[in-house]
Amino acid sequence: MSFKILSKKQLSENVFQMDVMAPLVARSRKAGQFVIVSVDQDAGERIPLTIAAADAENGSIRLIFQRVGKATTQMADLAEGESLGYVAGPLGQPTHIKKFGTVVCVGGGIGNAPLLPIATALKEAGNTIISIIGARTKELLILEDEFRAISDELIVVSDDGSCGRKALVTEPLKEICSRDPKPDCAIAIGPAVMMKFCCDTTKEFNVPTQVSLNTIMVDGTGMCGGCRVEVGGQTKFVCVDGPEFDGHQVNFDQMMRRMSAYKELEQKALEQYQKHQCKIGLDQTA
Amino acid sequence: MLKELLEKQNAGTLKAKDRYEIPAQDMPAQDGTERRENMNEVALGYTETQARLEAMRCLQCRNAPCMEGCPVRIRIREFVTAIANGSFEEALAIIKENSLLPAVCGRVCPQEVQCQETCTVGKKFKDPEKSVSIGRLERYVADRFGKQGETPKVAPPTGKKVAIIGSGPGGIVVAADVRRAGHDVTVFEAFHKPGGVMIYGIPEFRLPKSIVQEEIDVLEKMGVKITCNFIVGRTRTIEQLMTEDGFDAVYVGVGAGLPKFMNIDGEQLVGVYSANEYLTRANLMKAYQFGKGSDTPIAVSKNVAVLGGGNVAMDAARMAVRLGAENVYLVYRRSEKEMPARIEEVHHAKEEGVQFRTLQNPQRILGDEKGNVVGAECLKYELGEPDDSGRRRPVPIKGSEFVIDVDTVIVAIGNGANPLIQQTTPGLEFNKWGNIVVDEKCKTSLQGVYAGGDIVLGAATVILAMGQGRIAAAAINQYLKD
Repeated sequence: MSFKILSKKQLSENVFQMDVMAPLVARSRKAGQFVIVSVDQDAGERIPLTIAAADAENGSIRLIFQRVGKATTQMADLAEGESLGYVAGPLGQPTHIKKFGTVVCVGGGIGNAPLLPIATALKEAGNTIISIIGARTKELLILEDEFRAISDELIVVSDDGSCGRKALVTEPLKEICSRDPKPDCAIAIGPAVMMKFCCDTTKEFNVPTQVSLNTIMVDGTGMCGGCRVEVGGQTKFVCVDGPEFDGHQVNFDQMMRRMSAYKELEQKALEQYQKHQCKIGLDQTA
Repeated sequence: MLKELLEKQNAGTLKAKDRYEIPAQDMPAQDGTERRENMNEVALGYTETQARLEAMRCLQCRNAPCMEGCPVRIRIREFVTAIANGSFEEALAIIKENSLLPAVCGRVCPQEVQCQETCTVGKKFKDPEKSVSIGRLERYVADRFGKQGETPKVAPPTGKKVAIIGSGPGGIVVAADVRRAGHDVTVFEAFHKPGGVMIYGIPEFRLPKSIVQEEIDVLEKMGVKITCNFIVGRTRTIEQLMTEDGFDAVYVGVGAGLPKFMNIDGEQLVGVYSANEYLTRANLMKAYQFGKGSDTPIAVSKNVAVLGGGNVAMDAARMAVRLGAENVYLVYRRSEKEMPARIEEVHHAKEEGVQFRTLQNPQRILGDEKGNVVGAECLKYELGEPDDSGRRRPVPIKGSEFVIDVDTVIVAIGNGANPLIQQTTPGLEFNKWGNIVVDEKCKTSLQGVYAGGDIVLGAATVILAMGQGRIAAAAINQYLKD
């Protein structure tokens, strides 16, 4: 089976969007689920990525990913027409979609990508959608138009004020939670620290909040336990119990520490890869 | 010595007394220090002379108690006799009547609690390690003649389709047996490489991956289709396979696959692994070649504590040695006698410098301000009365707390049942531990669905998975005939 890249688009400096052939996944996936992909069929790292959208008829899924380490850099280097090593999935529990009433959808940075299909499904289920999407700066903001299309109200924020309001997502979130009536629930997806503070904010107002976690994973089927997090004092596996959890129960501090476990090694691998790529370039000019 | 013994054997004058006098043949192995630095197989295999000498130690007991000890009832006495006579191919043929994976089972079966436990020679010396080394003999003939075998014959197409879920030892056996009957067989594997626990779990130094690959190659030559990166329950459900995709029967051999943790403080610290994760990173993802072809990192450890006393614990400890740890402690709450690991693995681990800390158990894992593991606080234990498993119950000694300095902790205390199939297969009956309920023919509560191996038995062995696979395959073939 070939997981051909049908189209590739750069959404911001380090964020890429790819439509990839994966007919079986496209057919069975539901909002909130993810896949594991690898650039290489054999020795590549297994990267968990949320499915941003899917076209069941055409057999493709949309992946949006950030270039961070070696594997994602290598993936970003692939061109249209080339193929991924493999795509396995869909994995994880689908989002619980129903009519809640008013839902605040908070997305930060790359988190907008997994948030979009959930917000879309919630909209389709008859909810009123208030979206708050943010990024550090204008160039890093992704999917603004897509969110505008499905939101009843859209608030854009940036750290430096280069687009929308100069604020962190928690500011408008607090304002919305202060409204009467308050929103029925919230969903926050983004960097762990953002989700943590969103949950702190909504907890004050007693607004139930779902978060989608993207921890370190190997198999994605429950076999390794590397993705475990403490939720409500219990150990949960993000891959089979999640990826979505009650944000008010998640031990974010612990999760953030676990997520940085391989930082140094990953940095080394990335440098090595970049150095190698440079050399390949030199060969070509010589 | 061999020549002399052979003459006696041929003349029919080789007596039991002579046989007892033949020294048990040691398994040639890579040097203990040298192998700390490489992933190559540790046990090197018998020479022909050694194999024949070892085989002549067999008394050829009339009641063949060894066979009673074998979960798949291999005609052990006959194959050992064939080896003694130098009829190696005949020996292999006898093994293959019952076991399709002799090169694997010869290496990983816990013979000392199976065929070699009941061996009369071992009983005579009151030492199971003095039994005839049946496993090593099995391995010898499989290694020497296994590759020359013809691809098994396949009956004409029946038009029936069978799905095998999981490509571990059970799945491989079912696939082969069902394919032989002429059915169209597809094996679905969640990982990107087939072989199950033999690929992701058991390390190269104990079971070379080329051996597993050869078995997979045979399946493919027989016309079995292998689909990787396919997670049954998620990519397609069992119901979809049967109602939409045209499969007439399904075998579920997904393994255990949900690691148990100790549920103690500090298990979420950076540097705490399940053995599954540690071994998968190292074996399947080749983390030992990180930066040299592999992209999957693994902890760079100085001091490692492995918790548990089974084969998986030994594998993890020995892997940690090879990944460069200076001190590897195997922490086990009972004594060495109660360890479920194969004796040979315990020996090998010790030879490689793994430090055994028995009658100890951690009660919490200690971390620094960054969340990294810095130690394990343990309690000392003593053995009390036997428990349900028949082993003496470990009892903590109050006030015996002490700390071992480690930066990595690997938890190897077994697996629970993976819930994926249960969550996605309505109507399939499970017990309270999440294992699939089957009858004596491995048939489940759903028509046309069979299951075996760890998902049925809980944590078991390669040979038990294989044994159930054969039973299930026979039942599937019968079911499709009716």
